[in-house]
Amino acid sequence: MSDLSDDAQLVERLRAGDEGTFAGIVDRYQASMLRLAQMYVASRAVAEEVVQEAWIGVLKGLDGFQGRSSLRTWIFRIVVNTAKTRGQREGRSMPFSSAFAVAEDEPAVDPERFVPGEGNWSAAPTSWEGVPEERLLARETFAEIERAIEGLPPLQAEVIRLRDVQGWTSLEVCNALDISETNQRVLLHRARSKVRGALERYLDEERAGP
Amino acid sequence: MVCRELVELVTAYLEGAMAPEDRMRLERHLHECYGCAAYIEQIRTTIRLTGHLTAENIPAEGREELLRAFREWKSSG
Repeated sequence: MSDLSDDAQLVERLRAGDEGTFAGIVDRYQASMLRLAQMYVASRAVAEEVVQEAWIGVLKGLDGFQGRSSLRTWIFRIVVNTAKTRGQREGRSMPFSSAFAVAEDEPAVDPERFVPGEGNWSAAPTSWEGVPEERLLARETFAEIERAIEGLPPLQAEVIRLRDVQGWTSLEVCNALDISETNQRVLLHRARSKVRGALERYLDEERAGP
Repeated sequence: MVCRELVELVTAYLEGAMAPEDRMRLERHLHECYGCAAYIEQIRTTIRLTGHLTAENIPAEGREELLRAFREWKSSG
């Protein structure tokens, strides 16, 4: 796929009607957009309609795109706004509290691993420096990470996907998802903590051997 | 700072979102604590490995519809 990082070039090619460029952008963002829409509406089918509608909005708005935010942020904002409007029409005033709530007590590490009352490690993690790189980069390891991300609450999953898989900046994610910087950081923190935990269990099992 | 606090501050630390004096407290702890040093190394490795995941593919029918919409948009514009 061609470079998706140069917005000015992308917009120019889209405006010129370059289908390959459009297909590339669709392939890159469609899955995220669907999940995002799904947070605001009742069903997968409605989310698909929302995303289709949003893409039409993107095409219609393209001539007016001024590059004040990145193209992908702008596209995601259109999805969020379209989904919100649709959700309201369906009688859903706000996104699911389950998706957007930040639970108060969700420690990064199992509290049992610290000395009670004192708070230093009783069962400290051990370095992964000795784990061979081919083990870390094995398909099974990535499957483990995927599983961990899929098991996260939707918004946590989306934040870690955008930040750590797709490499967005925190500002882009805040703008795209319409969340505060603090909220974004908490969501990212929870997500990374859980993925680390899953990897630790997986790699420790591996190291313990059969 | 104790270890249980440090693990909750790791993301703020890596994001550069900590006040300088808190950051110094955290780094001081990190220098003295093997467990926390290993923890933050694991978080960094987690971020690196997560970065190797590739974006998912989308269902083919939605894609075709969109490409059709794009062609229509192009010919109408």
